[in-house]
Amino acid sequence: MNLSFFDQFTSPCLLGIPLILLSMLFPALLLPTSNNRWITNRLLTLQLWLFNLITKQLMLPLNNKGHKWAMILTSLMLLLLTINLLGLLPYTFTPTTQLSMNMALAFPLWLATLLTGLRNQPSMSLGHLLPEGTPTPLIPALILIETTSLFIRPLALGVRLTANLTAGHLLIQLISTATFTLLPIMPAVSILTTSILLLLTILEVAVAIIQAYVFVLLLSLYLQENI
Amino acid sequence: LCAAVLLKDMKLLDVKLGQLPSWLAVRDFTPGGIVGAVRRGYDRYYNKYINVKKGGLGGISMVLAGYVVISYIWSYSHLKHERHRKYH
Repeated sequence: MNLSFFDQFTSPCLLGIPLILLSMLFPALLLPTSNNRWITNRLLTLQLWLFNLITKQLMLPLNNKGHKWAMILTSLMLLLLTINLLGLLPYTFTPTTQLSMNMALAFPLWLATLLTGLRNQPSMSLGHLLPEGTPTPLIPALILIETTSLFIRPLALGVRLTANLTAGHLLIQLISTATFTLLPIMPAVSILTTSILLLLTILEVAVAIIQAYVFVLLLSLYLQENI
Repeated sequence: LCAAVLLKDMKLLDVKLGQLPSWLAVRDFTPGGIVGAVRRGYDRYYNKYINVKKGGLGGISMVLAGYVVISYIWSYSHLKHERHRKYH
């Protein structure tokens, strides 16, 4: 039947023209720009409420210098949220299943937080490499471990998002294939599998939202340490 | 007496079939023109279905349904291998 279960993750192409840019620009159509009315339409009201909630939540632990990051973090959150949720519609392509895109988002932003910290308060940023209250003999080992964990952060950010979304989409495809194949053979088991599929879809919606939130939250945490 | 509208400014649905080639010739196919056309189409849809006092689910559902249909068309060459056939 399927040539391979990974076919859904190939970049869409039409007559040789890559369409991934259109898949990435489509969320912009769904987010209207605010006009200068006092009472706006329903979609815009919902959107503004969501933006305020996200921005307030992200900016609470940051100091005033960190508030300069409000726009990029909120827009990143919206981008990931819309891309992840749009990917759950049938036949659509999710750009965040591509590791290249997630690394392109994670690596520069992490590096920006790191360089901000090293430039403005170098001893404070380096001080984060050693947690308070460690016993003296452990200090060299712990510094090495903390440095490794520092450098693995962008990789973890990118791979976490990719792996979660890819795994979710694959599971949905696998279980729906199982449902279709079992339908003529054992309808009762097929109904059981359908209920699993429904629960999985609800989980995937939650995962889509949570993964976007975790990505941006971790970036804001790294920023907190360094700003 | 209604004022005659220039061929350049007529909407597509008002153009008679015989005038179609000349209408196409007058259209602005520069990148700026295409962006303008997309912007006009977006504004028409937005002001008709979303920017209203009691907009409902329909406005955004139509966009999402259109997106699903377009994604199906784009990925058809992959999907045609996945049909339930005895011999592919």
